[in-house]
Amino acid sequence: MTEELLVRWLALAGARVAAARERLTDLDAAIGDGDHGINLDRGFRELLRRLETGLLPSDPPAAVLEGAGRALLGTVGGASGALYGRGLQRAGAALLGPGDGDPAPPDERGREEWAAIAFGAAVDAIAALGRASTGEKTMLDALVPARAAFGAAVGAGATLVMATRRAAEAAEAGAEATIPLIAKKGRASYLGERSVGHLDPGAVSSALLLRALADAAAEA
Amino acid sequence: MIALALVGHSGELLRALRLMVAQAAPAVPVATAGGTATGSLGTSSPGIEEALRAALRASDGEGVVVLFDLGSAALALEIALEELPDDDRARIAVSDGPLVEGSVRAAVEAAGGASLAQVCAAADAERATAKLPPDWPARPDGRGAAR
Repeated sequence: MTEELLVRWLALAGARVAAARERLTDLDAAIGDGDHGINLDRGFRELLRRLETGLLPSDPPAAVLEGAGRALLGTVGGASGALYGRGLQRAGAALLGPGDGDPAPPDERGREEWAAIAFGAAVDAIAALGRASTGEKTMLDALVPARAAFGAAVGAGATLVMATRRAAEAAEAGAEATIPLIAKKGRASYLGERSVGHLDPGAVSSALLLRALADAAAEA
Repeated sequence: MIALALVGHSGELLRALRLMVAQAAPAVPVATAGGTATGSLGTSSPGIEEALRAALRASDGEGVVVLFDLGSAALALEIALEELPDDDRARIAVSDGPLVEGSVRAAVEAAGGASLAQVCAAADAERATAKLPPDWPARPDGRGAAR
């Protein structure tokens, strides 16, 4: 995973989140507290401001991910900020060696394999922090199949462009599949069975972020 | 003296709560982390981390009891705790008690010289403390507030 791709991804993700702000907020208003789009948009605006002003480094990749995560942790405000923020930080940490902030030593693994390692670390961190698993109508219903699709594609020798596209497709299918689920986590769980019939806003935003990653990779 | 760290979604809410705590126990050090870094409603783990460090310093290393509000506060608090060195984290106890009642109760205990565990237990106990007398009339089932 290169720093150029990461920076391009974050910029594109910020633009997509801003464009989807009302939609995400409406989805959240149906089963949550109606702030998901507003919160994520606020967080990405601050993230991009830090990137533009150099408060957030634009290389190496581990530092970009750590700084991006920290920006979301500080400014999104809701559970999604804690989860996405920690996920990005852990993805960054996965690119570091066992020492203090040293990059991992170069080895035979290509950038696709490193990306799969970082992706897996992010999803693991989100699942651990949220004490959640698939089927509970959360962002994991998009992220877990996306991670599996990404890993399978990389294992089969796919390029980053192809693997990120597979991940985005799996995330979008996973998000759609949250409609019949009963929410088990967060504010939506207060609704119980009344949460059935609605998309999970977190799964939708996860799919959106991964589609932005695929599109950013395809632009290279 | 044990210090308090109050964590929540709103800086305004915590500023007011700090006044209530100070009225009950003016000598107890209190640090707050409310709202996001840009001043919106929400929680911020970097902000919480800063408040925890400030509270530890204010307690002269004796210890800090944390009270927090709903939703993402527990997630952000967990992230903030993970960022602290082990010996700092060992001097922090997180209470599962209600934010307002637990904070005031904890402050009174701390002012009396209670230990970290004692202050935390007192705040926790507020969770199980009925706020209404058993014969209270305006309850939905008309049968009072008895538990």
